[in-house]
Amino acid sequence: MKQAGARIVLECLKREGVDLIFGLPGGAVLPIYDALYDFEGLRHVLVRQEAAAGHAAEGYARATGKVGVCLVTSGPACTNLVTALQDAMMDSIPIVAFTGQVPTHLIGNDAFQEADNVGITRSATKHNFLVKDGKDLGPIIREAFHIALTGRPGPVHVDLPKDILVKETELIWPEKVVMRSYNPNYDGHPGQIKRAARALVRARKPVLYVGGGVISADADAELRELAELTQIPVTTTLMGLGAFPSEHPLSLEMLGMHGTYYANMAVHHSDVLVSVGARFDDRVTGRVDAFAPHAEIIHIDIDPSSISKNIKVDVPIVGDCRRVLRSLIDAIKQEKDDGGGREARKAWHGQIAEWKAAQPLRYEWSDDVIKPQYVIQELSNLTRGEALVVTGVGQHQMWAAQYYKFKHPRAWFTSGGLGTMGYGLPTAMGVQAAHPGRLVVNVDGDGSFAMNSQELATCFTEHLPVKTVIINNSGHGMVRQWQRIIYKERYCAIDLPGIPDWVKLAEAYGCVGLRVTKPSEVVPALEKMLSTPAPVVLDVVVDKDECVFPMVPAGGANTDMILAPPSRETRERAEKSQTGF
Amino acid sequence: MSANGSEPRKHTIAVLVENKFGVLSRVAGLFSARGYNIESLSVGETLDPSVSRMTLVVSGDEFVIEQVMKQLHKLIDVIKVNDLTDDSHVERELVLVRVNAEPQHRAEILRVGDIFRAKVVDVTAVSYVLEATGDEGKIDAMLELLRPMGIQEVVRTGKVAIGRGPKTRVKRAPEARRPRVSDDPRVVGFAD
Repeated sequence: MKQAGARIVLECLKREGVDLIFGLPGGAVLPIYDALYDFEGLRHVLVRQEAAAGHAAEGYARATGKVGVCLVTSGPACTNLVTALQDAMMDSIPIVAFTGQVPTHLIGNDAFQEADNVGITRSATKHNFLVKDGKDLGPIIREAFHIALTGRPGPVHVDLPKDILVKETELIWPEKVVMRSYNPNYDGHPGQIKRAARALVRARKPVLYVGGGVISADADAELRELAELTQIPVTTTLMGLGAFPSEHPLSLEMLGMHGTYYANMAVHHSDVLVSVGARFDDRVTGRVDAFAPHAEIIHIDIDPSSISKNIKVDVPIVGDCRRVLRSLIDAIKQEKDDGGGREARKAWHGQIAEWKAAQPLRYEWSDDVIKPQYVIQELSNLTRGEALVVTGVGQHQMWAAQYYKFKHPRAWFTSGGLGTMGYGLPTAMGVQAAHPGRLVVNVDGDGSFAMNSQELATCFTEHLPVKTVIINNSGHGMVRQWQRIIYKERYCAIDLPGIPDWVKLAEAYGCVGLRVTKPSEVVPALEKMLSTPAPVVLDVVVDKDECVFPMVPAGGANTDMILAPPSRETRERAEKSQTGF
Repeated sequence: MSANGSEPRKHTIAVLVENKFGVLSRVAGLFSARGYNIESLSVGETLDPSVSRMTLVVSGDEFVIEQVMKQLHKLIDVIKVNDLTDDSHVERELVLVRVNAEPQHRAEILRVGDIFRAKVVDVTAVSYVLEATGDEGKIDAMLELLRPMGIQEVVRTGKVAIGRGPKTRVKRAPEARRPRVSDDPRVVGFAD
């Protein structure tokens, strides 16, 4: 049966198991929206700006483990979407983005709303396609979903010229995807796994360093089993939060630039460091030659190009985190163990306990101004660590990462690699749409929230009751912190002096707006927010001088952490080790 | 000298790719995005018209070349990547050069051409066009000798390379052989 290309696109989505798409219509994709008019079984969420469609798809994908889908038109819609694509690229999030394109005979003619979409998204996607023939629609969409979800997940972009959407053709649906040029490796090399097992049994001061790969491979149970079996402490990256319970006795919480003192110290002094689904990002390693200098490094990753990219690896294992961890646990059980390593690790746990006692995460309490860390702590307590937490980018993001006590994977949604301000609200919409009955809290900053606050309209009209907590310090707090500590308090272009009025803005969009300015009001306001069924914006006016600590200045070694507000001496030290942002 | 102690040098890498729209820009984009130096690139169809073969000349230390190989593998349209540098192989480049042919130089140009087994493919009263093939050193040497006569224009194809057949494979003594990325026990495979 011949049918229009637009209908084929929707039919393919349905066959891929898609039930929800985020989008915004326009000229080139009108045929798809026309087909959507009476197409059954596909919910469309209308966003207010195209990047939000991409972020919402990311949120959906991260919450469910399925592919997130967005659909926007040609030209400016595609260029708006690029930020979300690159964000998904950096954080390995499986999404498929469809964009419209001018009709094939006009491509290259500088037609209305034309851009070289595939040229622009090439470096921001895992792969992209321009459909030039209607009969390719089925095979291309099938491959797009396959590529997005398998191997190291990532965004795939499909560009759809308008005439392809209009022309009637047969749907070709390959039952299996076979690609001679793309066959990811899932099982780790048995010899390397054996080497790793041997190293771990003998290790005296081992650390597990865990990233987002554990979450995308759904390997949290295997990770926990390995950690408990071997009694190895676990630190997670920003992306890995939730892969291991924050309050587990073996948890060191987050490492890196704003990681805990004990996580960074443990990694620095480790003799065997096992990286699982993490990529030695510069925000984790600090100065690379001073990172884990005494450790034999074991690296488990699905992406061979992550291995020995930043840090030379001693035992590389290319494979799916879940399968490799399973094999590693089996290998460790078979390894001869004279108990020497286990005995030595008791002293190691003692050392870590000392570090934890000496330098816990902390902040100075105030009766007069609200400390941002306090807000996150109370939020964590009130929700018992069970909320789905989304953030923007900035100080509030780091405080949320430090002070929210995560219990489960796929409960934390943040822009780790790209650091996309404005990520919070649209991503929270995707998470909420994926889990309509669950509590989704967007912890945002006043600077970051402003970048996509128009999406409050989407929350209202699409019944997505996202709760936003604005940690409002009237400025770009993280930039202020850097200017304070590293640029000698030469504050420049950071003030956002109290406008807009977030309560009025929330109300203008049909949402509920609340504001607190005193510490004593925080808990009642959070309770009110959590019990309100509608989307809520809670504006929490906090101490604007508060900084995120610990802090490793960019280019510094992780042991050069600044632990408290800077004195002249720490500022000078920061200046010396600073090699650029 | 690079951080990990190996000297940067030129590598010849053969890449088999799907003969699809955009694949050349994917490869070129990879090099520009990651700051690798590409010295020459040539592309052509293989016996299977759905597969193209690219020959790349890249310079870098072992660390860089390892990443280049891995990143090339990571491109979805790349079928196979092979570093020919330390395998026994043949490299050739073709050059077309139009050189001033004043009466007093015409014989000398032909002599130089003969020595390098170049062909004259165009002749006018004032110029010759010579065609020569060979490795980079030979082409450079010929151009150097033609330079005093006045070279008007030079076109080089970039290098193409092919592995030698198994019977002529030269077994090198192990200590003389430079380590290859694929021999490194730490590299267990690529994402194909």
